[in-house]
Amino acid sequence: MGRTTLIVNGLAVLCLIFAFVKDRKKAKRSVFKALMAFLRMLPVIIGIVIFIGILLGFVSKEVIERIVGVQGGFIGVVLVGLFGAVLHIPSLIAFPLAASLLKSGATVTSVAVFITTLTMIGFVTLPLEIRELGRKMALLRNGISFIIALIIGVIMGLVL
Amino acid sequence: MKEARAINRKKDLLGDIIFLVVVVVISTVLLIIFPERRFRVFTVSREFFIEMITILPAVMILMGLFAEFVPGKLVVKLLGKSAGLKGILLAIVFGALPTGPLYIAFPMAAGLLKKGASITCIIVFLSAWACIKIPQELVELQFLGFKFMGLRLALTIISVIFMGFLIEKIIGKTKRKEPIKP
Repeated sequence: MGRTTLIVNGLAVLCLIFAFVKDRKKAKRSVFKALMAFLRMLPVIIGIVIFIGILLGFVSKEVIERIVGVQGGFIGVVLVGLFGAVLHIPSLIAFPLAASLLKSGATVTSVAVFITTLTMIGFVTLPLEIRELGRKMALLRNGISFIIALIIGVIMGLVL
Repeated sequence: MKEARAINRKKDLLGDIIFLVVVVVISTVLLIIFPERRFRVFTVSREFFIEMITILPAVMILMGLFAEFVPGKLVVKLLGKSAGLKGILLAIVFGALPTGPLYIAFPMAAGLLKKGASITCIIVFLSAWACIKIPQELVELQFLGFKFMGLRLALTIISVIFMGFLIEKIIGKTKRKEPIKP
């Protein structure tokens, strides 16, 4: 087990103890919520795990490199960004997917852009955002986020 | 609104299950045709599964606790009052707390707007909520390492604040005149 796993689990246990001491009822409710959320996420977790296995087992490094690697170039990066913006999967599950791509030849830039657009931009939730905050603000936020994601990706590619 | 959300949730679950079934069917077919790939696929899948299953429950617990103990009303109250640099910093902190998906933050942001919070503050809050969540960063740390996570986090914070100022410049400081809900 890695260090991060230990730290996160330790933190969760500490917070749980603190919560139970502070308010038993609320703590119980949040554990129940967490359990339901986890069960709710399970189909996607299993699906992504199998998908990653197939991806790394069947798609060769050369193919991944050609699309999201060095050969993919800027167009590849923009495509990955659009993909991330449209895709509606829990970001928690996107990180393993991103790690698997990085392992098999994707550039840091593509992976960073993918994660950033995936989390910052919500294509699926855009109608809701427009309804609550108005068209101008919602479109500006999502549009500028896309450009920012590209810039973050490029800088990360240069530094790492 | 609540009913619509419940229907949406059912649709989402159905979509997830369809995704799972499609992946399973395609994988099974592929692995029957190419038995020599089985070992590699199983090894990779098992490795990723273990990594996820050892961290996600803890992350979910943290999110559940914060959702229960830090109610949205409190966030709106505290954020609505503070302005300037303090407001922006608070917006990042509250956005980063592990509480729920982005669609919960939209009505909160609308509430903040009504209370007179600055547009910069609201944009920073929304964006922090979307992409600077503490549990997210922890999982990113697990899978992509400290350098990747740290650098992306720093860049994201800087650009989110910049974006807040930019959008406020474009929209103007005046509050929108259009109604908040049609």
